[in-house]
Amino acid sequence: MNKKVAVYRKEHFNAAHRLFNPAWDEATNSKVFGKCALPNYHGHNYELDVKLTGVPNADTGYVMDLKELSELIKKEILDRFDHRNLNLDTVEFRNLNPTAENIAIVIYSLLRPHLPEQLDLQVRLYETPRNFVEYPADDKS
Amino acid sequence: MVYLTRIEHFNAAHKLYNPDWTPEKNEEVFGRCANANWHGHNFELYVTIKGKPDPDTGFIFDAKKLGALVQEHITDKLDHRNLNVDVDFMRGKMCSIENLVVAIWNELEPRLPAFAKLHCLKLVETAKIYVEYYGEA
Repeated sequence: MNKKVAVYRKEHFNAAHRLFNPAWDEATNSKVFGKCALPNYHGHNYELDVKLTGVPNADTGYVMDLKELSELIKKEILDRFDHRNLNLDTVEFRNLNPTAENIAIVIYSLLRPHLPEQLDLQVRLYETPRNFVEYPADDKS
Repeated sequence: MVYLTRIEHFNAAHKLYNPDWTPEKNEEVFGRCANANWHGHNFELYVTIKGKPDPDTGFIFDAKKLGALVQEHITDKLDHRNLNVDVDFMRGKMCSIENLVVAIWNELEPRLPAFAKLHCLKLVETAKIYVEYYGEA
């Protein structure tokens, strides 16, 4: 019997960004990214759902202590991205377009090394209440 | 009197920064909101008008037309913009939501038809922070 349980922690951060490919001219950027390419940036309230899947620990009953997960997300993600300009203030997006897709992949990569190997990690990122992404797309649970 | 509310939204960058102060003082008062390179939000604007339903249409004011009016004069100017840099009616003002809601009122109120009185603007900055404004009177 599959005793795996998925646990979730929600966090949020507010950040500015713009979508822009430096290899393209302004006209192409504007055509592809529309208003998102405007030069003076815009911003979002990002909502982050972090999902961990695994078998609850026999002693604690926890998949993972969600307070510890919350502290990890705060240290690795929120302290890095909250109230920042993703394009200008972070090393992660210096050469990477900060689309919701890429932000989700970066968040996954930042969290993964700090989490127990036996737990599956999935990240869901809301850029607006109506636009959201998930990474990895293959849900193994 | 019936109150009708139309919700519109816009995504924008801003910072809270008083140019008359030192960077240290700005940091002390505004914290992370003073970050030089901006941050941003998904803003929601609730526009509430009051009036009597027209006997022929049953409407105070066609909500679709109200939405189009708010988009044309307000959200098209704010959406995907930098509030400190790109918005004519915020120039020279501190970009708090308090100041923004008053500025939006001053832009929108004169453009509404006489039978649809602006009653309240509610501006939501985050899930935990919003302001309401009912005009000066």
